[in-house]
Amino acid sequence: MNRLSWFNAVSLTLGFAFLYIPMVILIIFSFNESKLVTVWAGFSTKWYGELAQNEAFLNAAWVTIRVAVFSSTLATVLGTAAAYVLVRGGRFFGRTLFSGMIYAPLVMPEVITGLSLLLLFIGIGLDRGILTIVLAHTTFSMCFVSVVVSSRLVTFDKSLEEAALDLGCSPAQAFRLVTLPIIAPAVISGWLLAFTLSLDDLVIASFTSGPSATTLPIKIFSAVRLGVSPEINALSTIMIAVVTVGVITASLVTKRAMVRQKQDELAAARTE
Amino acid sequence: MGRPGLVVMDGNGCGFVGKLMRRALLIAVPYVWLLALFLIPFFIVLKISLSDVELAIPPYTPTLDLSQGWSGITDFFSQLDFENFVWLTEDDLYWKAYLSSVKIALISTVLTLLVGYPIAYGMARAPAEWRPTLMMMVILPFWTSFLIRVYAWMGILSNEGYLNQFLLWLGIISTPLTILNTNTAVYIGIVYTYLPFMILPIYSSLERMDESLIEAAEDLGCSRLKAFWLVTIPLSRPGIIAGCFLVMIPVIGEFVIPSLLGGSSTLMIGKVLWEEFFSNRDWPVASAVAVVLLLILVIPIVLFQRNQQKQTEAEQ
Repeated sequence: MNRLSWFNAVSLTLGFAFLYIPMVILIIFSFNESKLVTVWAGFSTKWYGELAQNEAFLNAAWVTIRVAVFSSTLATVLGTAAAYVLVRGGRFFGRTLFSGMIYAPLVMPEVITGLSLLLLFIGIGLDRGILTIVLAHTTFSMCFVSVVVSSRLVTFDKSLEEAALDLGCSPAQAFRLVTLPIIAPAVISGWLLAFTLSLDDLVIASFTSGPSATTLPIKIFSAVRLGVSPEINALSTIMIAVVTVGVITASLVTKRAMVRQKQDELAAARTE
Repeated sequence: MGRPGLVVMDGNGCGFVGKLMRRALLIAVPYVWLLALFLIPFFIVLKISLSDVELAIPPYTPTLDLSQGWSGITDFFSQLDFENFVWLTEDDLYWKAYLSSVKIALISTVLTLLVGYPIAYGMARAPAEWRPTLMMMVILPFWTSFLIRVYAWMGILSNEGYLNQFLLWLGIISTPLTILNTNTAVYIGIVYTYLPFMILPIYSSLERMDESLIEAAEDLGCSRLKAFWLVTIPLSRPGIIAGCFLVMIPVIGEFVIPSLLGGSSTLMIGKVLWEEFFSNRDWPVASAVAVVLLLILVIPIVLFQRNQQKQTEAEQ
């Protein structure tokens, strides 16, 4: 049954149309000449020009990128450690609480996370700014990293590490030469996920940011509340383009890595 | 990323004490981080929900004053009360908002399942060489900004928006439909933005399924529909459960969608909490709203975590 039945073809077509048409419309109308977003008045790139002049948006974008780089890197380190502990850590005191704290933030409403972190920062007298947003973003995105990395660790054969150790590797060497290359794709996609989550976050950033640090989503939200504007369409188009290029590149890279790994395994099997 | 300690748990290498220390450190760092920035903040929310609102900075009282020793602590506890929670039951705005959030979450979870299942099914039954591309096409919107995806619908659903223009042009309607700023718009927004969360777990459980089971059922005299109902649906149940939790739990506290697509009649508790905090600056009531919301969510969150753990263990 390797042909697509008509039912499946229809549901896939309708499903993907639903997923993509809104974004296609958004992109098309970012090149609209008119200020009225819903009426087409000819092709123009003037909204991109205006965007490049908009100091406030550029500053917010810079803050957002810095927050995303710091928080996703920190979250990758902590999340990978947490994944190890969950998958290979055996039993330890408070393991249930630990796994609960890993899974709960995945579904926790952002308003609660944001409010509770804000009250913590105020309680300990930490000034709200880039640091507090980084701490907040690290906390929820490390859980996503941990889920991604642990799903890779679960499927990965522990005897490979043991073999390396038996063959005289030091623990550090075994980790660097065996474990890390195998879980690397998961660690990288964990980092990317943490990065996009941070870029994307409005609610938690609104609670934890101060007047000195406004992120792009906060800026976009306050503009969008007043209605649809072509400038926001242009900004959205740029963001969609960046994400699309990023996701496609990442998937091509991991695909190539997987093909190479398969070839290596085949070669190894042949020499045996 | 030097974290080799755990790798050698039962290998040779360095001394026993060193191994123990490294293992302890590896566990302690993420553990303490989550305790400090995830668990403790909830207790602070709980504490403030029992406090009174005050025109000061921070805008609540009492604050714990440890410099006064034991009497400071007893003072602090004697001033806590359940006033804010009583207030939540007295003003019907709050319980109406909770009820309507749960209702909107349940309805939109069912809608997302109905839209998502056929897509996941189609993906899992597509030729194997298409699947990675289809998978990427589902993931791509998920990586795109949530805010932008909600915003995209504002232009479509407004009175002079693209949908109304299209329907008017087709001649199906003669006056524009009011969709933006109603609950319908909220449902559309939720289904749209949460669809990947529903599709991906269902797809992964359907893809693992052995297709010969369906053939066997059909050989044994099941109709296609019956085979689907008796074999495919039960086998994809873990995916359905995971998908429904992943949609329902965050939607209950959703803020962005009701505030951009919903209208003044759209009551959702996430929006109420936001307004209580940012507009009314009533931190104790905002905290009480959060505590009750959390109590509502505890059951589904625990069930979700059990489900995930069972899945992980089954795979191991």
